[in-house]
Amino acid sequence: MSGWLLLGAALAVAVVVVVALPFLREPAPASDALDELDPAARERLEAEEARDRALAALKELEADHRAERISDEDYRAVVGVLRRDAAEALRALDRLKGGTPREDAKSD
Amino acid sequence: MAELGRAALLVTLGLSGYALVAGGAAAWLGRRRLAESARNALFASFLSTLVAAAVLVAAFVRDDFSFAYVAGHSSRALPLQYKLSAFWGGQEGSLLLWLLVLTGYSALAVWFARKRARDLVVWVTPVLGGIAVGFTWLLVAVSSPFDTAAAPADGAGLNPSLQNPYMVAHPVFLYLGYVGLAVPFAFAMGALLSGRTDERWIVATRRWTLIAWTALGIGQLLGAHWAYVEVGWGGYYAWDPVENAALMPWLAATAFLHSVMIQEKRGMLRVWNVALVSLAFCLSLFGTFLTRSGVVSSIHSFTQSPIGPWFLGFIVVAVVFATVMIWLRLPQLRTTARLESLVSREASFLYNNLLLVALCLTILWGTAWPIVSEAVRGEAVVVGRPYYDFFLRIFGLPLLLLMGIGPLVAWRRASLRGLGRVFAWPAAIAVATGVVLILLGAGSSIPGLIAYTFSAFVLATIALEFARGTAARRALTGEPAVTAFGRLVGRNRRRYGGYVVHASIVLLAIGIAGSSAYDSVVEGRLSRGESLAVGGYTLTYRQLTERDGPNATEIRALLDVRRGDKSLGTISAGKNAYSVEQQVSNEVGIRSDLLTGEDLFVIAEQVDDNGTVFFRVFVKPLVNLIWFAGFVFVLGALITLWPDAREERRLATRYAPAVERADPQTTT
Repeated sequence: MSGWLLLGAALAVAVVVVVALPFLREPAPASDALDELDPAARERLEAEEARDRALAALKELEADHRAERISDEDYRAVVGVLRRDAAEALRALDRLKGGTPREDAKSD
Repeated sequence: MAELGRAALLVTLGLSGYALVAGGAAAWLGRRRLAESARNALFASFLSTLVAAAVLVAAFVRDDFSFAYVAGHSSRALPLQYKLSAFWGGQEGSLLLWLLVLTGYSALAVWFARKRARDLVVWVTPVLGGIAVGFTWLLVAVSSPFDTAAAPADGAGLNPSLQNPYMVAHPVFLYLGYVGLAVPFAFAMGALLSGRTDERWIVATRRWTLIAWTALGIGQLLGAHWAYVEVGWGGYYAWDPVENAALMPWLAATAFLHSVMIQEKRGMLRVWNVALVSLAFCLSLFGTFLTRSGVVSSIHSFTQSPIGPWFLGFIVVAVVFATVMIWLRLPQLRTTARLESLVSREASFLYNNLLLVALCLTILWGTAWPIVSEAVRGEAVVVGRPYYDFFLRIFGLPLLLLMGIGPLVAWRRASLRGLGRVFAWPAAIAVATGVVLILLGAGSSIPGLIAYTFSAFVLATIALEFARGTAARRALTGEPAVTAFGRLVGRNRRRYGGYVVHASIVLLAIGIAGSSAYDSVVEGRLSRGESLAVGGYTLTYRQLTERDGPNATEIRALLDVRRGDKSLGTISAGKNAYSVEQQVSNEVGIRSDLLTGEDLFVIAEQVDDNGTVFFRVFVKPLVNLIWFAGFVFVLGALITLWPDAREERRLATRYAPAVERADPQTTT
């Protein structure tokens, strides 16, 4: 058996150790279940994404209007819709968190 | 030493197979330690592939011709940098490079996403493992770079056209692009497999997609420049199937980078986005298949190529898998948001997407048609340049215009009157440019004239965007102009980086239009002292020289260059005769005017024994803008890719619950 082949065997042993590491480190864990988000947490995550999307859209519209990329007419046509979306997203998130809807979310 | 290479590849095969099977089982059964073990296998597969690659590099450096691959692609006289690049000079080495880049990308992408998208990564691991299994199997069982034979005294050498600095970098960038598209594909499939169709797969892959797309863009430009200076036919892009192979996934990835913004901003186009990312990855596989199977030059080489059928099977598996997954998850991918107006930012991005995909598919059809026609009719019908040029104009020119329009239209809806006000100045500048160009005689090429007019429009909108943004910021903060400009770009990197990339595409369009629609060419056989004239230049053939280079005899014809009465120095063009490879290459002469972007391009087509030379000379206006566009493209991509601490904080807040679950000790 050549030295190179021995090196290959050593590589194989080393990677087996790396692959087995989670089992070597925790031979008898209290729980081996995957830490997955429960349905409520996933719903909340999606609500947070919707909130971020709505707020970012509003922020971008304001910046575009300030920089005169968007005319006053187009700004007025869209800003109300975006504010309503943002308020709805905040309200939905508050509902999921189990709290009362915040004041700023109540006013469109 | 070959044994170590073979052993390392076997280890990679075992590891990627484990990542596929154990990773799949862990995700299905919900087993945490098994999932971590599969993830570790993915990390370790990079190390074992690195060992295999190091063995091959060492064999090239040591001129170990007992490796059949080294003997076939290198020689003792080959300069060191080309011995290193000979690594990917043939099929087996290219596949090893593919695998090395894939395992590297996989390890890094999974590592960075392991906390925020842990439940997603569990499903991504087997997908990446599966892709790695395909490539490792080819290297282990079908086309190994570690096959050995009795060592010849010297190797066969490297194809002379590959002995060029661009060929050291071009394939690496190309593969960084091709293979990088495996990451968004794997995350998209992971999201579909797990049913987690929220935005985390997009957040996790945004940067990887940009890196792959940038690398693919750079790779293509390096390849174009290599063709320009090395292949010696006077052009830089010939719609060759292998060139198209790189362009198609880049177009699909460009469409994805735009449409993903609609998902981020409006929550729309979820199905379209996973379909696009799958298309981009499958096209990158198809590109590698075209490049490596030999199927393009002749359908018969397909049966002779050992990897062709395997690769085709691999592509079919990827297409079927992606299609089935999208079909199964359709209900979850549907969204309530609708396109509210045909005049809106999302609509303009949608038009952009349709044009990009249409261009991509027409190129695919043109590229695949010789294969299809030979398979069906027994006769390969080659699709020529006019087909591609036609569709490039039909789809490319509106795309160019949309680059100026899209970013300035409001999301949801915009009025035509409002748009008229926003675009008044850019439109006026574009019309004025068109009129001036007609007066200067550029009306000879209508597509060229339209391209220039549209380019002026887009550049004007980009310049106005920077000016308006800076002015608005100054008005808000009172900052000096330079500070306001820097912060404007720094705080909106994706937007302004995108504008810089758009500017680079415009420069590219101007360079292509100038060098193809307005070029001049003349050819003639000259004896010493004779001249020819082209595009305002006069070239006089002075002498023929011959000298021995490191591994070739270099023959050069020297010409004096004059423009009017002014001497511009000399230019030389000729041929290199490679003794080991028994091949001759064209070595072109190029004189670049960096001020006007114009090139004087000389090819010594034929050197006769009596010292006469048949020259072909081109004058290519604005061609240097194409290469300059490359630098601007990289700058724009870097601005977009640069980490944004504020964005990271926002994402950290959003995904804090997921991170805490993944690692209770972490409080980020």
